[in-house]
Amino acid sequence: MDETNTTVDTTLADQKRRTLLKGTAGILAAGMFPAIHAQEKIVLRYLGTAVNQDKAIAEKFKADTGIEIQYVAVTTDDVTKRAVTAPNSFDLIDTEYFSLKKIVPTGNLKGIDTKRIKNSGKITSLFTTGEVAGKKVGDQGTAPKKVIYLEGEKSKVFAKSPTQFMSLIPTVYNADTLGIRPDLIKRPIDSWAELLNPEFKGKAAILNIPSIGIMDAAMVVEAKGIYKYPDKGNMTKKEIDLTIKTLIEAKKAGQFRALWKDFNESVNLMASGEVVIQSMWSPAVTAVRTKGIACTFQPLKEGYRAWAAGFGVPKTVTGKKADGVYEFINWFLDGWAGAYLNRQGYYSAVLETAKSKMEAYEWAYWMEGKPATQDIKSPNGDVLAKTGATRDGGSYETRMGGIACWNALMDENEYMVKKWNEFVAA
Amino acid sequence: MNQKPLSISANWQATPYALVFLLLFLIPLALILMVSFWNFNDYEIIPAFTLRNYIAIFDGCGSLNEYGDVCVTFKTYFATLRMSFLVWLVTLLLGFSVAYFLAFHVRSANVQTLLFVLCTIPFWTSNVIRMISWIPLLGRNGLVNQALVGAGVVDKPIEWLLFSEFSVVLAFVHLFTMFMIVPIFNSMMRIDRSLLEAANDAGASAWQTLWNVIVPLSRTGVIIGSIFVITMVMGDFVTVGVMGGQQIASVGKIIQVQTSALQLPLAAANAVILLLVALMIIWGLTRLVDIRREL
Repeated sequence: MDETNTTVDTTLADQKRRTLLKGTAGILAAGMFPAIHAQEKIVLRYLGTAVNQDKAIAEKFKADTGIEIQYVAVTTDDVTKRAVTAPNSFDLIDTEYFSLKKIVPTGNLKGIDTKRIKNSGKITSLFTTGEVAGKKVGDQGTAPKKVIYLEGEKSKVFAKSPTQFMSLIPTVYNADTLGIRPDLIKRPIDSWAELLNPEFKGKAAILNIPSIGIMDAAMVVEAKGIYKYPDKGNMTKKEIDLTIKTLIEAKKAGQFRALWKDFNESVNLMASGEVVIQSMWSPAVTAVRTKGIACTFQPLKEGYRAWAAGFGVPKTVTGKKADGVYEFINWFLDGWAGAYLNRQGYYSAVLETAKSKMEAYEWAYWMEGKPATQDIKSPNGDVLAKTGATRDGGSYETRMGGIACWNALMDENEYMVKKWNEFVAA
Repeated sequence: MNQKPLSISANWQATPYALVFLLLFLIPLALILMVSFWNFNDYEIIPAFTLRNYIAIFDGCGSLNEYGDVCVTFKTYFATLRMSFLVWLVTLLLGFSVAYFLAFHVRSANVQTLLFVLCTIPFWTSNVIRMISWIPLLGRNGLVNQALVGAGVVDKPIEWLLFSEFSVVLAFVHLFTMFMIVPIFNSMMRIDRSLLEAANDAGASAWQTLWNVIVPLSRTGVIIGSIFVITMVMGDFVTVGVMGGQQIASVGKIIQVQTSALQLPLAAANAVILLLVALMIIWGLTRLVDIRREL
């Protein structure tokens, strides 16, 4: 059918045109054919980063429910910017938990009623209590459990204990670490400190998104034994000074080949061999590997820097559209999408439903850290791991249990960004 | 002709452009100026009149820091200005030479057009792709380094070819030389050829003709090209980001980081300062030649 092809076209201009057409059609339908109005198609504008906006997910959802998803793809920072400045421009937001500290105080999101979310009780304990398999994990930074509950539907403050209203319903999360080129390093790497090891002078890179890069830097500072932060995710001005000073000294000594801001830049740096060790994201490691180049998402003894994203509902969405949004969230937690994400190396929020949609050998490889009993393929058919291979970092419990800190928005954010600019300029 | 008072219809004809100018330039500029005096927190900008943003920008600029460097703002502006100067110098020399060749050495108008179209080839692909294609060329394992190492010119790959000030300037020259060629070529084509013959008859050497006749008469083109190149380099953040490996500071880059972090008033204040610096440079350049008269 032609319609499925056109619905996934995500260019902004096209979306605008289509919205306009749909809007016009809607008005005509409403005015002239009231009987048909009840079946009018719902179109949801989904604001998020391109990484999470998978064509297949929108297609499957459309096939299952008839509701159309229009992706609005922007960068991480721009998602926040839009949520704060233009809450009318989307019906559903997919954003990271750390940006909630900027969005929630504006009142532009409304709390999601968990009573209307079928699987809300099954959301993994990592989000609700900060535990994996009954054990507490690191909660430095903006850990989801600190910002997931709101005091009420229209509240602008985070609740201290669980309530009926969630700020974001978690969708996808992961634990990040350093990516390395094992073929060029030729020795085991087991600590964040290696990022600033002079051995890799001119061959290291760090992430140039201040609120994430500073966390990687803090992991390095602690690993090198320079300082132990009471809370890496909320540094004092002095701690920021110290962290940036460490980075500046390394930069002046020529440690960094480049800094990267865009997912694809990190892939290019690694694949071309310009860089052999750097902060990296899981799908970037996969992208390097699919080029046939060895790349490891190296587990480190100090633990992981975790992140999590979720769906939020802007206060401007009401009526049938709001019902559509709830339907989408419910569908998302129902397993198909979860399985899809798990196969990409992310984790889904409701593990139980995702498991039911995955093959046993897939579950064993991705979630239990067992050797693959047959070739592991990505959702679009590329071979990601050969028979016998195991996932970097092992099982869900080992990886997520090893979380040391979360992406964060600090109280001293303004000062931090200023100092970060100093590092870039040094 | 210029002295005649403008007719009503002339005013009418100017109205659409005046409106575009007002809506898309003057009003946004006024807003930026206004916001640069506003206050802000993590998630909102607060109407106020505060000098906080300007003070924050020049904080610590009175003395050297612990590494013996000037403050970030000065350092960034110096880096941006130095880059602008280098790019300006190279594009001027290249642009002038190419334009000179096209205007005086190519006799046929058809060949001139053909060569001119050749000059535009770099613009057939997008800016970003053009920049990214430098990476496999200049990288550590890139073509240039492979060739140099293979030919035994150097023992190990040259690191400064990529992600350095060199690569940034190179990319800028690649991108912007055309903006120098066009106005200079335009000025040169309007030089009365009999002046050159006269210079020749009067016994001037080729260099004397170039320096005393062509250069002064191409001045307008040079100034216009310079304004294009300098303003574009000063405001850029994409080229500096990609070619500098994100670790070379430019004013545009700082503004971008600040807008990303929703520190809009701070970014606005930086934009105002950048605008003032650029205007000062343009003012200086226009002092050298009265563009309106020359056009």
